[in-house]
Amino acid sequence: MRRIAIAVMGTISGLVLLFSYHTSLGPETHAASGGGPGGGNRLGDGATPAGATPSGGAGATGGASPSPSAGAGAGQPAQGGTSGTFVGDEVPTRWGPVKVQIVVQNGRIVQAQAIEYPNENHHDEEINSWALPQLQDATVQANSAQIDSVGGATVTSGGYIASLQSAVDKAHL
Amino acid sequence: MTPDPAVVPRLAGGPGEVLPAPEQPRRAWVEQVMGMPVSVHVRGPLARDGDTGAAGAVDLLYAELRRVDAIFSTYRADSEICRLRRGELSEADADPWVREVLALCAEAHERTGGWFDAHLPGPDGVRRLDPTGLVKGWAIERVTRALTARLPDHDVLVNAGGDLAVRCRRTDTPDWRVGIEDPADRTRLLATVPMRTGGSATSGTAARGTHILDPRSGRPVERGGSVTVVGPDLMWADVHATAAFASGAGAEEYLAHVAGHLGFVVRPDGSTATVTGG
Repeated sequence: MRRIAIAVMGTISGLVLLFSYHTSLGPETHAASGGGPGGGNRLGDGATPAGATPSGGAGATGGASPSPSAGAGAGQPAQGGTSGTFVGDEVPTRWGPVKVQIVVQNGRIVQAQAIEYPNENHHDEEINSWALPQLQDATVQANSAQIDSVGGATVTSGGYIASLQSAVDKAHL
Repeated sequence: MTPDPAVVPRLAGGPGEVLPAPEQPRRAWVEQVMGMPVSVHVRGPLARDGDTGAAGAVDLLYAELRRVDAIFSTYRADSEICRLRRGELSEADADPWVREVLALCAEAHERTGGWFDAHLPGPDGVRRLDPTGLVKGWAIERVTRALTARLPDHDVLVNAGGDLAVRCRRTDTPDWRVGIEDPADRTRLLATVPMRTGGSATSGTAARGTHILDPRSGRPVERGGSVTVVGPDLMWADVHATAAFASGAGAEEYLAHVAGHLGFVVRPDGSTATVTGG
């Protein structure tokens, strides 16, 4: 019974998020998820309630959004419940904005994909041609490995991770 | 079971044992500052509190990093570093932070045998002041220590584009688990390091293309792989990682002489070596 409710909530929040993705890019959606004070360019907040499934990874551990509505709704069902597609906030990087979409099944990230990334010049294409695709699998693996943070020589991937963070927050993993 | 923070962390063989669920509240923030995403993780009783708790302390951390950027950025014409370059500002009149960093740059040059150098050739080949390679580690270490001073009984982790500093003031929490990326294949983590205090810095060419200059030749370091250094202080870990990477094939020998630090070298052929300096 609870699991059914959870699945429904996940679907609803997924739809809401996809809708808000089309209508409001960036700060507005993040503000709605309880970004806290001073968050003009705050990219995402996350919190892992005690006992929740460890989530995220890749420098982006942290689970449910701290927003009150999340806590009352789909925030707690980490026991294998959440499924859906979630889109992260747009995150600025040195080369341009990055946005990530994740697909969640039963509380696990099964796919992570950059749906918006910088491509204004050849240098950017060069960066994108290898950095972003390789990170997709890394995020999945890091999620399963319970990593708190990832060390590496990154800038572009860091922006990717930041965007992933907000997507993870919205998924309330 | 609780590791002595004074002991150099050991490398575990990869994603492995399952940790117990954290009992302390936890929260993460991410903000773009100094040209990179900086994420902050806080674990402890006030982690999810607002202005009077972790959120207020983290706001101060980001404000301090923005001040660092305003003073040290080589991309802002009005920064003190750019004014020093143009001769509009003398070192004696510079911000105390600038004088501190320049003194540390000189010390780093000496301690690395010249492998770290804050006077690097620009695109035109002319050497000019560029302390960027030290400022990042210095700033992150500084704000992490300040954050932990504002948040007693909390654990904090700050990751700035792949270099990170941690401070744990709790003893009932699991170690922070830090994964080290494979520079040739981002789908893999090559190792994990359990950390409670100190810093981890990685130098390599994988993410941004060639960006590390050999201070002796003035030319970019042409090699693959990466060097990760874990030590008690992120700034020095970063300095030694940069110096070891710049020394190319001599990286492992270099790290063997850095006391109290753990070095993890990914060679250009993909093989790895763990070096404990001493």
